[in-house]
Amino acid sequence: MKKSTNISIKNSFILLSVLLIVFFFLNISLGSVSIPFEDIINIFTGKSISKESWHTIILDFRLPKAITALLVGSGLSVCGLLMQTLFRNPLAGPFVLGVSSGASLGVAILILGSSVFGSFFVTNSISNWSLVIASSLGAFLVLFAVIISANILRNTMSILIIGLMFGSLTAAVISVLAYFSEAQQIQQYLFWSFGSLGNLTWTEINVFSSIYCIGIFGSFTIVKTLNSFLLGENYAKSLGVNIKRSRIIILLITSLLTGVITAFSGPIAFIGLAAPHIAKILFNTSNHKILLPASALIGAIILLICDCIAQLPTSEFTLPINAITSLFGAPIVIWLLIRKKKIFV
Amino acid sequence: MNSTFKKNILVIDNLTVGYQEKNKIKIIANNISLNIKRGSFVAIIGKNGIGKSTLLKTISKVLKQLNGSITINGKNINEYSYRELAKTISLVLTERLPESQLTVLELIALGRQPHTNWIDTLSKIDIEKIEWAIKETNLEKLRDNRIDELSDGQLQRVLIARALAQDTEIIILDEPTAHLDMHQTIKIFELLKKLTHKTEKTIIISSHEINLAIKTCDQLTILSKNKIYSGTISTLMVENAFENLFSSEIVKFNRTLQQFVINKN
Repeated sequence: MKKSTNISIKNSFILLSVLLIVFFFLNISLGSVSIPFEDIINIFTGKSISKESWHTIILDFRLPKAITALLVGSGLSVCGLLMQTLFRNPLAGPFVLGVSSGASLGVAILILGSSVFGSFFVTNSISNWSLVIASSLGAFLVLFAVIISANILRNTMSILIIGLMFGSLTAAVISVLAYFSEAQQIQQYLFWSFGSLGNLTWTEINVFSSIYCIGIFGSFTIVKTLNSFLLGENYAKSLGVNIKRSRIIILLITSLLTGVITAFSGPIAFIGLAAPHIAKILFNTSNHKILLPASALIGAIILLICDCIAQLPTSEFTLPINAITSLFGAPIVIWLLIRKKKIFV
Repeated sequence: MNSTFKKNILVIDNLTVGYQEKNKIKIIANNISLNIKRGSFVAIIGKNGIGKSTLLKTISKVLKQLNGSITINGKNINEYSYRELAKTISLVLTERLPESQLTVLELIALGRQPHTNWIDTLSKIDIEKIEWAIKETNLEKLRDNRIDELSDGQLQRVLIARALAQDTEIIILDEPTAHLDMHQTIKIFELLKKLTHKTEKTIIISSHEINLAIKTCDQLTILSKNKIYSGTISTLMVENAFENLFSSEIVKFNRTLQQFVINKN
């Protein structure tokens, strides 16, 4: 509440917002076809441009991709923050509940299962939508199991362990499926698990962003509860918080967001764990009113940067986004931790 | 009956406390009946494991009651919503706080949660109450410190300030002086006594500081295996309550000093 800290928080938010906008446009301007920056501005302002094909490249490929990066990065970071606070564990992230493992299982059954179970799946070509539906189904199946166990178990830590067990279980099932599959299917599944921000149509983006908005809005309504969790569950209870209900709301929001993100972009690692920690280190606070938007901004920025790197500017190739996030992100977090010497939940 | 509820903020009748897990019930203490007067400073004393903390946690609804009734301000505790109860009882527990980057001011402000809106904006009244709590507990100099930088005694004062900011009629503290040295212990007792008389709040603590409790508290409740004694020091002395607290010969109650003393044999 000191004035000077208030100002520095405000400045940090302005800086982060500026960075977000800069990297958003940098992300759009990079790609296998180089398009001058003025033309990109012209496309957005509706003025005439030198080449008609650029119009399609920007509006139908690069813009959806940048928006996806923004949604995925911020969504995963918010989930990570919620999980870290709920479990009071700095190692928690969006994937601890096993929801993304469930999504992976759904996709694995769709892709790998078609060779194992043979004629059950009629078509050979797997569309984007069927991938989305398969991974959503998998995610919600695990979500359902987690919510049921959360209702039975009083101990929050047990939910964490159960989530990890679901992760191991699904990984095992996927291994078995892969063992009986053909190389082509395994490769297809592997490509999905690398994660991808591109290839989303505007219809898919619309579906994605509506569910995203529900999740993000939901997480802002529980800021107060999250702050009370900083004192532990007994104190939260004494402050009038309905622990059981809040726990289920947090689990629902995380599962919904992780599920939809994994469905549309594959299991993207690292961001959800790291962005909240970077926010905590940068802002030096545990207040979720600050941490929630800060994590979202930082997550979006990191993913936009990673995507810029993944495109290998001026090259035809695109590296798997999942590798880039960890390759460049992990050293940053290690460096921040060594500098600050301490990590907080 | 009505006059009992008017005089006593808290009426406990034939209460059984303990833990309930699935189909196993572990009873810690039963047949607890006691009244606590409005605006008094009450200490619950008794041997380790007799159920002091369990009783306090049951009164504050952190634990479910197994049997009997708890009535606060003439209304059964089960009829209170979470938020209503949070406006009536505030807590200071013995458990360690999870590690966080909270500052003293932020932690005290969390006490206002039952009173704030959904996004937790502090109104003018909220800020006034917080500032008042900081002043009463003498924390002005520490307000911007992080809670992990505080000593045990300072942290205890911060937690008391948080409970004060919550602005409830009853404040319950579970062994508030557990890790403190003699000087800090006396300071906390005196702070609590001062707060009771100044604010007319009812403060209930559990403690092992029997001699200090005899000197400072308005009412004592002694939990023992066979019987529960509750009342002022003089009534308890008439009932021979103190003699029944410890069965051993090592510590004895000295009636002239009104203190427990160590036997020198």
